[in-house]
Amino acid sequence: MALPISYNIRNLLVRWRVSLLAIGGVALVVGVFVVLTAMASGFRIALRSTGRTDNAIVVRKGSTSEIISEISRENAAVIMLDPRVARDSDGRPLASPEILTFLNLPRKLDRVLVNVAVRGVAPAAFKVRGGVRLVTGRLFRPGLLEVVVGRRTRDRFGLNIDMPLKIRKSNWNVVGIFESEGSSFESEVWADLQTLAEPIRRTQDYQSIVLRLTDPGSLQELTSALESNPGWQVEVKQERRYYEDQSGSVTASLMGLTLFVSIIMGVGAVFAAMNTMYAIVSARTCEIGTLRAMGFSRSAVLISFITESILLSGVGGLLGCLLALPINTITSATNSVNFAELAFAFHTTPLALSIGLIFAMIMGVFGGLLPALRAARLPITSALREI
Amino acid sequence: MTAEIKPIHQNGMVDVQNVRKIYRRDSQEITVLNGIDAQVAEGGFFALMGPSGSGKTTLLNLIAGIDRPTSGKVFVAGTDVSQLSEGRLAGWRSVNIGFIFQFYNLIPVLTATENVQLPLLLTRLSKKERRERALMALNIVGLTDRADHYPRQLSGGQEQRVAIARAIVTDPKVLVADEPTGDLDSKSAHEILDLFDALNNDLKKTIVMVTHDPRAAARAKICRHLDKGVMIDSEERELKDGVR
Ligand SMILES: Nc1ncnc2c1ncn2[C@@H]1O[C@H](COP(=O)(O)OP(=O)(O)OP(=O)(O)O)[C@@H](O)[C@H]1O
Ligand SMILES: [Mg+2]
Repeated sequence: MALPISYNIRNLLVRWRVSLLAIGGVALVVGVFVVLTAMASGFRIALRSTGRTDNAIVVRKGSTSEIISEISRENAAVIMLDPRVARDSDGRPLASPEILTFLNLPRKLDRVLVNVAVRGVAPAAFKVRGGVRLVTGRLFRPGLLEVVVGRRTRDRFGLNIDMPLKIRKSNWNVVGIFESEGSSFESEVWADLQTLAEPIRRTQDYQSIVLRLTDPGSLQELTSALESNPGWQVEVKQERRYYEDQSGSVTASLMGLTLFVSIIMGVGAVFAAMNTMYAIVSARTCEIGTLRAMGFSRSAVLISFITESILLSGVGGLLGCLLALPINTITSATNSVNFAELAFAFHTTPLALSIGLIFAMIMGVFGGLLPALRAARLPITSALREI
Repeated sequence: MTAEIKPIHQNGMVDVQNVRKIYRRDSQEITVLNGIDAQVAEGGFFALMGPSGSGKTTLLNLIAGIDRPTSGKVFVAGTDVSQLSEGRLAGWRSVNIGFIFQFYNLIPVLTATENVQLPLLLTRLSKKERRERALMALNIVGLTDRADHYPRQLSGGQEQRVAIARAIVTDPKVLVADEPTGDLDSKSAHEILDLFDALNNDLKKTIVMVTHDPRAAARAKICRHLDKGVMIDSEERELKDGVR
């Protein structure tokens, strides 16, 4: 029969200082781990999803953001016909002229008003931008006041199908929800280009044109060709580069460094936690000898100590998750700066939390297993000598 | 004698036959016990004396079934202990042996009753029965009023009495005690030895005790001396055998 779990709990309570140390160690590791996973996934999405390497984006010279850019429709028509722009099967250029405006919407979470981008797109946008896919509902119909809403906009503002949305004094209707492989478009609202142009007074120009290149290597060529036209005053960039540059001061290399440091820290903390477990078990070698002399089996002793270790690391894991949770508030604070959002879109997801907890348990098993095995393997006579 | 059937080899409750114990460390061999013969009758009280390092604890551990001889046989309560597998040996100890240590070896985080109940976790007794038995054992050692105290709240003598209660709670045939009074003042030691007498005379427990203390040894019915791994007094000094 097994030893009662109350024995383990009391041992942890009696040695509260050591227990706390171990819990702290595990909490640190798990906390770092959860933050790390959340960061990594957020960062991966930000770097991977927004923009393609075979697309070029054209904006007005010096426009760090699409919102302050404009390109006249006349010039745009010429730009879109550039020979380096790929064409679809019907021979139409794969070019997506787009317009953009912002709405102030209350966040579902705290009713705080934040900016949401509304993008007016032509049908080509869905081919050119890539990865955009309807999840539910249907696409807007040209001429009707209809929009489709990105998945994250739906989640953050509670905008669902059939809900009204006021854009510049007129009432629009949500008809579909789309996703875009986690890119920043999911935080936007999309509408028909021509229908949206009227109310936001963008009938004479576009704000950006995204071009699919026949050959990604021709970007340099295209850039010099378009930028050298003094009448156009445009700037050309690789689409992905453009969004990466927007994603704020935290660059990929800095993130790499953070990652590296966190991993080193994590490894250190794992050993510290294991060491503490080792000390806890070693201090009770004589006790183990006594229990085994009485007739408790090796496995009963082993199970008891691993249980204790898991108990300890479980609490540490929970604490670590709790400590990691505030990262969410940092996230949402940075979120309100429109484009920066994608860079910092790391949430402590339930998945990251569960992985963190499982990680803690594994640490508990390993941290406890080695010393418990040693204690159980030791001849009873030797264990009894260790007072 | 009772009508118990005994294996032909065995004499009495404990029968140690030509036991050797050799420790090997690296290339070196240390002979700790060198051909030991010893018998303890059922209901006997056996004291083992000798200088430090003479092998007393080693011999006691062999009798208690927590160690195996290099050669020779150790019969205890009808079983050849040296032949049992480790798992069976653990089960056998839980039924047949009660341990009493010099430093009591109580679990510090458990109360007196909980400590005493510990060996009963290896039985099929219910929780209620376990508690009743533990209180009974504590009653025998005269510590009912300390049932819910933790070891640190008890004096050395009281701790040893709890340990004795723990040793007798499963009603084992043999009690092994390694210097049970070694850490106690003379008054407490006296009380513990009185308790040993009572366990031996009233509960008919067979006791094997290692001690340095001549006053402790004087309580035993048989006292033998070990030196450098051999018994030096081959003829038994029968102390207070029979009427007291
Ligand atoms: N695991 C072991 N490995 C090697 N030698 C050992 C081991 N255990 C005990 N010994 C040796 O066996 C000898 C006898 O030890 P034991 O503990 O039986 O002596 P003791 O008579 O009980 O002494 P004390 O009165 O000091 O308790 C000692 O020399 C000791 O060093
Ligand atoms: Mg000894």
